[in-house]
Amino acid sequence: MPDTTALFFWLLAAIVIASALAVVLLKNIVHSALFLVLTFAGVAGLYILLSAEFLAAVQILVYAGAIAVLIVFAIMLTRRGDIRASNLFNVNYLAAAVVSLVLFVIAALATGRMTWMTTTGPGPGSNVGAIAEAFLGPYAVPFEVAAILLLVGMVGAILLARGGKQDQ
Amino acid sequence: MITLNHYLALGGLLFCIGLFGALAKKNAVAVLMGIELMLNAVNINLVAFNHFLEPARVTGQVFAIFVIVVAAAEVAVGLALVLNIYRRRLESNVDDLDWMKW
Repeated sequence: MPDTTALFFWLLAAIVIASALAVVLLKNIVHSALFLVLTFAGVAGLYILLSAEFLAAVQILVYAGAIAVLIVFAIMLTRRGDIRASNLFNVNYLAAAVVSLVLFVIAALATGRMTWMTTTGPGPGSNVGAIAEAFLGPYAVPFEVAAILLLVGMVGAILLARGGKQDQ
Repeated sequence: MITLNHYLALGGLLFCIGLFGALAKKNAVAVLMGIELMLNAVNINLVAFNHFLEPARVTGQVFAIFVIVVAAAEVAVGLALVLNIYRRRLESNVDDLDWMKW
């Protein structure tokens, strides 16, 4: 059992890291968006390995479905010039690479010297049921606030994307 | 044997790749894609902590769902802003969006 878990972890980690690098490094932004979908699917597989099945389904629905479609639409609507050179680096990509590398080294050193008190107890019987009880019990007020935030975000996005009538 | 540190290293690496994309890209949509990668890395860490430290409860997963909600709202508003800017200025290059600089 641990062997298959380790095998799937390394496989999914390789998929996630390789496609994330492809998102960042490719020059065609349509290819970047497609590799972004692959990254999201790999992260959903990692959630299943971590026994968070509901979150894996949400990840597929929201990220690989809705957000990917939104991003592809935005690329299509703002396309201009040569699509093969639509995703270039700006002037300070060297500084960005140095900052990212330094941050990763610091984070890796910090987590490497930590010793976590891990426990391997049984999880809750039903993943969905436990999350539903958490949302309708102790997290009811944050849940409602998140719902209001989504509503406000949706209305704001529609208003912004429609544009003002008065300046046309 | 896969431990918590493996997942934390994976999350850290994914976060740094996303940070590099968000900092080093010209296209505003590509910057938003980098931010999405960073939020996914944070979610991996949250779910891994939940699984390895407190497996009987779902606190980390609930937090990850809140992160997903905020990410959805953020990407919708961000892409609407990009569309609106493109409609007015015919560009989506973040280097040229500096007309607030005096």
